[in-house]
Parts: sequence; C-alpha cells; structure tokens
Amino acid sequence: MTPHMLTRSLDRGAAIFLTIVAACGILIPLSNLLLPEGSALQVPTYLVALWGKYVCYAILALSIDLIWGYCGILSLGHGAFFALGGYAMGMYLMRQIGTRGVYGNPVLPDFMVFLNWQKLPWYWYGFDMFWFAALMVLIVPGLLAFCFGWLAFRSRVTGVYLSIITQAMTYALLLAFFRNDFGFGGNNGLTDFKDILGFNVQAEGTRAALFALSCLALIASFLICRSVVSSKLGKVLIAIRDAESRSRFLGYRVESYKLFVFTLSACMAGVAGALYVPQVGIINPSEFAPGNSIEAVIWVAVGGRGTLVGAALGAIVVNYAKTFFTSGVLAPYWLFMLGALFILVTLLLPKGIVGTFNAWREASRERRPAAASAAAEDGVNEPKMAEERS
Amino acid sequence: MPTKLSARLSSFVLSLFLIAFALPAFAGPFEDAVAKFANDDFSDTDEAIGAVASSGNKLAFPIISALQDGRLMADPDSKKVYVTGTDGKSIDAATGEAVASVPDSASAVRLNNRLRRSVDAALGSLTLQSPDLGARLQAAQSVFKSHEETALEPVESALAKETNRSVKTALGEARAAILLFKSDATEVQKLEAVATIRARGDQDALALLSDIGTDQPASVAKAATSAIGSIQNSLAVWSTVQNAWYGLSLGSVLLLAAIGLAITFGVMGVINMAHGEMVMIGAYTTFVVQEVIRTRYPALFDYSLLIAVPLAFLVAGAIGVLIERSIIRFLYGRPLETLLATWGLSLVLQQAVRTMFGPTNREVGNPSWMSGAFELGQITITYNRLWILCFTLAVFAVLLAMLRYTSLGLEMRAVTQNRRMAASMGIATSRVDALTFGLGSGIAGIAGVALSQIDNVSPNLGQSYIIDSFMVVVFGGVGNLWGTLVGAFTLGIANKFLEPVAGAVLGKIAILVLIILFIQKRPRGLFALKGRAVEA
Amino acid sequence: MNVMDTRATSAMLYLDGVHVSFDGFHAINNLSLTLEPGEMRAIIGPNGAGKTTMMDIITGKTKPDEGTVLFDGVTDLTRLDETRIAELGIGRKFQKPTVFESQTVQDNLLLALNVDHSVRGTLFWRGSKAESERIDKVLETIRLTDARNRLAGSLSHGQKQWLEIGMLLAQDPKLLLVDEPVAGMTDVETHLTAELLKEINQTHTVMVVEHDMTFVRELGVKVTCLHEGAVLAEGTIDQVSSNERVIEVYLGR
Repeated sequence: MTPHMLTRSLDRGAAIFLTIVAACGILIPLSNLLLPEGSALQVPTYLVALWGKYVCYAILALSIDLIWGYCGILSLGHGAFFALGGYAMGMYLMRQIGTRGVYGNPVLPDFMVFLNWQKLPWYWYGFDMFWFAALMVLIVPGLLAFCFGWLAFRSRVTGVYLSIITQAMTYALLLAFFRNDFGFGGNNGLTDFKDILGFNVQAEGTRAALFALSCLALIASFLICRSVVSSKLGKVLIAIRDAESRSRFLGYRVESYKLFVFTLSACMAGVAGALYVPQVGIINPSEFAPGNSIEAVIWVAVGGRGTLVGAALGAIVVNYAKTFFTSGVLAPYWLFMLGALFILVTLLLPKGIVGTFNAWREASRERRPAAASAAAEDGVNEPKMAEERS
Repeated sequence: MPTKLSARLSSFVLSLFLIAFALPAFAGPFEDAVAKFANDDFSDTDEAIGAVASSGNKLAFPIISALQDGRLMADPDSKKVYVTGTDGKSIDAATGEAVASVPDSASAVRLNNRLRRSVDAALGSLTLQSPDLGARLQAAQSVFKSHEETALEPVESALAKETNRSVKTALGEARAAILLFKSDATEVQKLEAVATIRARGDQDALALLSDIGTDQPASVAKAATSAIGSIQNSLAVWSTVQNAWYGLSLGSVLLLAAIGLAITFGVMGVINMAHGEMVMIGAYTTFVVQEVIRTRYPALFDYSLLIAVPLAFLVAGAIGVLIERSIIRFLYGRPLETLLATWGLSLVLQQAVRTMFGPTNREVGNPSWMSGAFELGQITITYNRLWILCFTLAVFAVLLAMLRYTSLGLEMRAVTQNRRMAASMGIATSRVDALTFGLGSGIAGIAGVALSQIDNVSPNLGQSYIIDSFMVVVFGGVGNLWGTLVGAFTLGIANKFLEPVAGAVLGKIAILVLIILFIQKRPRGLFALKGRAVEA
Repeated sequence: MNVMDTRATSAMLYLDGVHVSFDGFHAINNLSLTLEPGEMRAIIGPNGAGKTTMMDIITGKTKPDEGTVLFDGVTDLTRLDETRIAELGIGRKFQKPTVFESQTVQDNLLLALNVDHSVRGTLFWRGSKAESERIDKVLETIRLTDARNRLAGSLSHGQKQWLEIGMLLAQDPKLLLVDEPVAGMTDVETHLTAELLKEINQTHTVMVVEHDMTFVRELGVKVTCLHEGAVLAEGTIDQVSSNERVIEVYLGR
C-alpha cells in the first residue's frame, strides 16, 4: 500500500555492501588457499585472520547501531556481550583440547588442574558439544541482556543513566572474570586452542573457512537488522528514540520494544564474539574492559549511526587505522588519534561518514525535483533529540 | 581496694629498694665485669652479663647485643674485650675508645643455651630503659608476649623509673602477664593481673588469657574466662568501629572524587568522562610541586601539599574551562555525544601525561604531618586517612557555602534551573557555564592532591575512580550535593562491611549489582528532585 | 458515543479530591472536575495553575498523592501507566508540538493508528487497505495530503500542531486532551483549528487547555478556570471572565 513497503526491498547502498561482503567472503579464502604463496594476488593467512577479526567487529558494530542508532540506547556494555559469546566459544574450544593439554587431563582444562580442582564446575557441563556451546553463545548474552534490560527499562532508566549502569555491569564482569575461582581461567583467560569441530584452528583451511563464515554472519546480521529497522517496528524504535514519552502516549509499550532490540542486539554481539575467539586464538578478561565497549561505539559514530552500512564500515575503517598506526613508528600517537577521533566525530561529523554522504546525496537529489518524493524513502534519518516537554 | 593499693605500694617500695641497693653494688667495677668475658668460662660470662646489664653504663647495650650476635671479641691473653661493630669498626668494650684493629688472638665470646636466655633477658631489660620511647614501648610489648619470668625484675625496675604514661601502662601489662604465668605468684597478684590484662582488651590480651593453662587457682580461671568473654565482646565492637572507620575513609575518598562530578554532572548535567583525568592532573601537579621543592627548597617539603592544593585547583580548573569552551559547549543537550567526546578527551589527556611523565608510577611523598598513625582504643588511625576525611568535609562545606552565598553560586543555580530566564536577566550564561565546569574540574584537581597521598600516581589514576564517582552521584541523586555526601559514605561503609564477608572483589561486585538494582527502584537516586521540570 | 449506563458515574472523566505535591509544593490541591461524554471543555488558568499537571495525572505520567480519577465511569486511572491509559482510549496533544520529526508525515499517522501495538504485531505488520484509507482521510482532514512524504521535522509550526491533532484522530481515542493547540498560530490557523476541534467534538469527548481567549470564545463551550491547583470558576466564557476572583487572579491583586 504505502511506499515504505517498497523500501523493504534493498536499497542500492545495502546491495553494494552485501555484494562486497559476499565477494570478500568467497574470494579472499579462495585466493588464500588456491593461489601459490608469494603470488601478488594471494592473501596471506595472517591477513585472513586479521580481516576476519574486522568482520567480527563489524557485526558488533551492527548490533550497537541497532540499539543506539535506531532506538537511542547507548549501551556501554556490548563489549561484555561480545566477550560472553567469546567465552562460550572458548569453553567449547577448551574442552576440545582433551588430553593434549600440558597436564593431559581428559576433562579438566589445564588451568583447573593447575588450581588443583578435582572436578569440572557444573557450568562447564555440555560445552564439549558444539551445538550446546553455539546455543550458549546466543543464550548467555541474550539472557543477561534480557534480565538487565527488564530491570532497567521497566524502571525507565534512560539516556546517560543507562549508559553508566551498563558500564558498571561491564566493570563488574571484568572484576569477576579476573578471579581465578570464578572458573574461567582468571587473568590468562582461555587459550591454546587445538580443534574446532575436528579441524585444527591454526590450519589455513580452517582460518579461511572461519573468515567465510564470519562474512556470512555479517550478511545475516545485516539482513536481520535491516528487516527489523524497515518493519513497522523499526519506525516505532525511531519514534521511541526521538520522543519516548510521545510513543507511550500513543499506546506503545516502550520497555517491551527496548527489551526486544536490546536482547536481539546482545545475541548478535555474542555471535560476533564467538566467531572472533577461534580467529584470534584467545579470550581473556580484558575483553570486558569498559574502554573496549566505548571504543566499539565510536566505530558506529564514525561510520554513521542510524545507517547499518555505516556501522559496519566504521568498524572496519577504525580498526584498519588502528592496526596501521599501532604497528609503526606512530604507535605512541595512536591514543591521541583515537581520542581526537572521538572528539572530532561528535563535534564535526555527528552523522558519520555514511550519514553525511547520504545527506549530501539527498541535497543534490533535491535539486532535481523529479526525484524529490523518493528522498524520504531512505527510511532512516539522523536522530533528533527532541523529547517533548509537557 | 586497700589490698590492691598496698600490693602496688609494696611492690613499688620493693623495687625502689632493689634499685637502691643493686645499682651501687655493681656500678663501680664495670671494667672488672667486662674483663670476665675474657675468662672463657660460662659461669663467669653469666656473671658478667648480669653485671654489665645492671651497670647503667651506656656501653652495656652495645656489649650485650654484640655478645648475642657473636661480635663480642675477647683476648684471653690481655683480658681485653672488644666490640666489633656491624660496620667493621671496633671499640674497646671497657672504655668505649675506638681501636684500630682487634688482635688476632681474640676470639668471639662463646654462649650456651642457658647464657642465651640471660642475654635475651638482659637485652630486654636494657631496652626497657632505653632513652628512646618507641624502643621502650616495643620492649614492654615483647615482654608481654613472651612473659618470661626472668623479665619480672627488669620490668619492675623499669616500671619504677618510667614517666611516660603509655609506656607505664605497657610495662604494667607486661608485669601482669609475667605474674599470671609465674607459678609462685599469689592469687591476689594473679587476679590483679587478669584485671590489668582485661583492661588492655586487645587480640594479644585475648591470646594470653586463653593460654594460661589449667593449673591456675579456680578464682583466677574464672576471672580469666569472664575477661575473655568481655574482651571478645569489646573486640567485636571495635572491629565494627574499625570497619566503620575504613568505610568512612573510603567514603571520603569516593566523595572527594565525586564531588567535582556532582557539580559538572549533577548540577550542569554534563557527563564528563574525563573527570578522572582532572583528578589525575591534580595528582601530577602535586608531583611537580614536590619535585621543585625537593630540588630547590627542601625545607618547604612539609608545606608541599598546601602549595599544591591551590595550584592543582587552578591547573585543573583552567583545563576544565578550556575543555568547556572548546568542546562541551557545542554539545549541550546532547548527553550521549558529550559522553563520547569526553571519553576521547580522557584518552588524549592520559596519553599526554604518559608522554610527559612516563607510564610508570611517580613518587609523591607524605609530609611529616601526614605520615604515621595513632591508636584509638583498639583501632589504628593513620594520619593521612584522617586528614583526607577532614579535608574532604572542608571542601564539601566550602563548596556548599559557595553555591549558597556567592554571586557565582547564585548565577550557577539560576542558569541550571532556567537558562533562558537567567540569560534574559542579564546573566552571562556562557561565562557561568565555563566557570561552573571549571569549578567542578578544579575540585577534581584538589581531589587529586589528596589522592596522591594514598594512591599510585600514574596516568591511569583517574580511570579507577570514574565509574565509582558516577555510581556515587547517581546513587545519591543527581543535582543534590547532600545526596552525593550521603551516597559516598553509604557506599564506602557498605563496601567495607561487605569486604570481610565476601572478599574485596566480590564485595565490589556486590556493591555494583546493588546499585544497579537500587536504580531500578529509585531511578533518580536517593535524594531525587520531583516535579515537572526534572522529567522533561 | 452517548453511553448512559449505570456506573459509578456517567462521566467520561471524573476527578475528585485530587492532590499532588512536588517536594512540598502543592501543584494540584483538591481538584474536582467532571467531563460528560461528548462534551468539549476548555481549561484556562494562569501559569502554574496546574493545567499540565492535571493532564499528566489523567494520562498516567504523574501519580496523584490522593484522590479519585475515573475514566468512563469504571477505570481507575491512578493505577495504570501511560501505555495502558493510551490503549484505553485517551489521547494527548502536548503543549509543545511533539511529532516524530525524523519520520514522514504519513509514518507519523501510521504510528498513531490504533492497531496492534505489540512488539510482535509491529514486527510482522503488513499494511491493509483500510489502514491506508484511514490515513488518507486524516491527511485530508488536517490538510497535509500534499506533505504526506515530507519529514515531519520540516513542517511549519502550525502544520506540526495539526499533524499532532491528526495523530490524535488516527489514534481515535474516546477522550482527547489537547494542550495549547493554537500556541504560535496565525489568526487564520487559529480559526481553522477551532473549526477542526468542533468537528472532532462531534464524535469525541475533548478537553482543551488554552490561553488564547479569542480561541476559547470561538469554541463556545463550557470553561473551567484553574488556579493554584484547584477549580476557581466554571461556566460559560462570559460568566468566567466576569468572575471577580478570576479577574483578580489574572490581573494581580
């Protein structure tokens, strides 16, 4: 009926993005595996792992954009959901080590033997099965987000208050996971992985497959986010973002909507973390550091919040810059640059790269009146912080 | 009472008597006594120890302690005795004159187990009368713990001479401990001893009383049991007091860190994630002040903090004004963006300090008036914590008064309550914004001066306080300074009472979880403002 | 709309003995007010008289300290939250026009339609012909058909006011609370708004808060004057405006 039904089909930007991701997901592994090493077109294995990491970060950025860009919830706790997903996967990988650990204990991971533990804690049960671990990757972050969100949204904790308590949650988890008796390897975390589903995690083939899988997950996450934000629910989310109590007076149960996207977003972050761990080979409590979560937020801000392509793009651009600068002589200046990025983006580029580009394109399109009516169909525009005063 | 008094009197007279006769008997022939060490005969050595120890000669302590360490050399041929110092230099034990070298024929005076006990007792009695107050106190405490019968006499003689009240008490307790374990002490003496130890009332007293054995008279055993009960009760009370003190102390630190935030976040509504870095800058200002003082005016070291406080306020305040003018004013009404920009700022400031001062901890010293501790009942209170508590309350009071009575305070409240109205009444709102933010940052800088006294001064100093500070402000209720005060002390005390139960880390986690739950119940904090204006 | 069965009260809205205080300040002080089904009532009163707080109480934003607030004779509004009250059929237009600025005019109306507002309902929502017809009709009523694809944020102030009234129409509540609908409007727009409200009143119960006396006079309905959180006077506009106490309150003493 109405034109926004049509926008459910992909717009051009999204189509280009998905094509590129799919192409990378296919071509990079193929080039890595099939072309001879040293060939100009061959992608070396270390790059496959590095880019795989970026792709995981892009999924994390999408999950943050879904709640921040579209629903105005600035979570500083998504690093924690990411890490929880990572730990769930890490636990599976630990159990796969079996007798190949230093102490050769068939059931207990090395760090438990080291701590003189006699039996496996109950919460490690089941992680020897991949399907169980995969389920936990979704359930653990999702459940935490659900409980936390249920408490927070019901009592209408919003804005910076919510940001601060999500940060406190992350901080509490950081402290907890640092403890040895918590049963997740304490300081050192989980590492020295051997196999995933019977394949050696270090092998080139496995790495290429993990990369392809990450790209697939990115595409899936993008499509999920896309279908959410382009549904009527997406409009409600934006309505809540822009004028929360107005939405209440229209009869929308704001807390249910927030809880839905918050939980969905946490599950996505968990998946990102789960794909990240086998590619980097370690998960430790520092992933819970509050700085990580807030850094992920800035990826979204750089790319353009409220635009899904922008979030993914921002994650890749910022992390590429990070790798580039922290590995050279400029390393001591990276934190200056990152800090400046935070400040400059919020001050000068509030819409981010993609948002600014979209605005520019719309402006130029409006000069051609014929296309004017299409301008509004992009679905989402930059947030307005206009909450009603009554 | 009369019996107790007479017992005391008699012991006093007795000790006077002993001293009057014992001292002159051995004081003269000090040299003869020293020479006995050269006889290489255990009983002569024993006599020599007793004689030297009671001689009152200033060489007595070095000689006996050298004997204990095997540094007392005796030449059997010349009957001369030497003390070899730990620095390798030697003196003549009889005269105290320095000697170039100890003859090769000299060998260390030998000891057996019996003699070692005599040496210990002699050393104990010597330090009991040491001119150094601390040494006397320590000696009395060690006698209390060892309660060797041989120490009774030295303790009593020291007791008779002692003039310092606290040492006197300690000596009395030491005497009581000895008497309690002395098999031939009278029942009256023992009961009196139990009473003295009960009055002491600490962990050591408890250990001593639980250790008296079964061969005590029934009345003594009964008195001891009741004393144990009473000490345990009072110890429980004291441990609560101790926890409360630790809690107050932690609360004052939290308050100090959060008080600036209560201005910038609470009053202005600006969320400043670089607040911790303002604290850090204050701490580094203290470091710089102390460096300058150390190299140029070492005599002023005790005043270093007094100089650092206004400087830190100015430095952090100026940086705050700069931040407000260059970044924050463009972000009013966009709290989430402010959060991100100021987080970025905190990264920049940390890295800047890291570049200038290096990534490691810098040494910030305690002035003399901030080091040390005193005892209050059964708890120890360190001066730095006490000063910080006083300082925090003073800062709080000054700030409160400033907001209430100065024109800047009035303008500040006007602007935060109704910006447009304030502007139309001729208040330069942007100037007030900058000054308010500067004030909040300056107070954070002052907090840095105080925190440099108890925490490591490193570029990461601020980060460890930022989450706690926000928790305090949110818990206490935004926009309410009193709420921040109550919030800080509540969280501090709750933390310290949870710590013994749950451990430090779990306690902290529990506090964070409790705050998160508390915010569910009262999203606007303990002392929330109500009304339409707040909800908009 | 003329429901006249035997309930606690036949009134659409019934407030009795309502008190609200904020930190000692009595915003609403023993307020009693009744609105009959199908009625349109204008509420006037100086700043701080408690007009907006009264609307906050009716819509569940503020909980009264004591007093009875009944909707449709049976429902105790003090126990419900905003969402539930909106679902029951009370719509509200804010003092400052509040529309979803980053969405199109037509999406604003779509969001306001009183259809399934649950998470699942909106996630799997498919538009229907009936819905689109209703939106078209509202657009026509509020004269924004040509602007249907424009962003609400780009509308003029008056258009935003109308869009918000249009959203109330799309919501189709039993009771409309309209807070200062003509603030910042031109004379022509004010007149059109009065016409629009009268038209709406033919099928809905309406409560209008307004300062503009010309507008209130044009509505030609019963007027209630609030002062210090209580009813000061009630009657026709002429009766109220000639009331000595009202004059005293408005002109100072």
